[in-house]
Amino acid sequence: MSMNRRHFLKGSSGATVMALAASAGLLKLDPALASTWNENAFKAKNLNETVKALGGQTATESKDITITSPDIAENGAVVPVSVSSKLPNVESVSILVEKNPNALAASFNIPQGTEAFVSTRVKMGQTSNVHAVVKAGGQYYYTTKEVKVTLGGCGG
Amino acid sequence: MADPMRIRANMVDGKVEVKVLMAHEMETGQRKDSKGANIPAWFIQSVTATHNGKTVLDAQWGPAVSKNPFLSFRFSGGKPGEKVQVTWTDNKGEKRTDEATIS
Repeated sequence: MSMNRRHFLKGSSGATVMALAASAGLLKLDPALASTWNENAFKAKNLNETVKALGGQTATESKDITITSPDIAENGAVVPVSVSSKLPNVESVSILVEKNPNALAASFNIPQGTEAFVSTRVKMGQTSNVHAVVKAGGQYYYTTKEVKVTLGGCGG
Repeated sequence: MADPMRIRANMVDGKVEVKVLMAHEMETGQRKDSKGANIPAWFIQSVTATHNGKTVLDAQWGPAVSKNPFLSFRFSGGKPGEKVQVTWTDNKGEKRTDEATIS
């Protein structure tokens, strides 16, 4: 079942979404939206692919990035994740969940004057590493934290 | 039309801390309904926050952001009484803008 599902999704979800949007010209409705949706980045399966799709080469591990999230999440549908960074000149912050069907969950552009801090909630299919990728001064840096997702209702 | 966002913007240590709660299904496109048919993806793709016409945060989201998304960030340069606007656009092209006053 899962193979079928994977294939189906791979072929259809991205394509139909983009086709729908393009046919109606919907994505271009708002000129204030500086960037269109980076489909390739959201299709990437792992950290390296995602960094490449975001426009970088490789990411270096950095201790100046902090991921704040529970070590154990009881409900994988709502996992609070905060990322902050002490790196100078932060341009963007991205949150990746390694074992999700597509790694990238969210990507934030940080203009000057905005703190290198974002907090949101993501879905996680299973226990996985969460990566935070920070672009600072044209370079990509990342840090990793494992979040365990307990299955079933007992909250192990 | 989608339900309004709940936005709070407070001054914290000289910076504006913005907290946004959006009302959205955030359907991944991976689930199936009881008949086994695929439920199409429906999720917020982009979120933009502006203050005095200047973008203070610009985000691209995938379907892995949780249902009824929460977002929090901080920026400097805001004063109490000024407005912060947040706009989201989903993959169906639907969009919503709400604003809050910094307190």
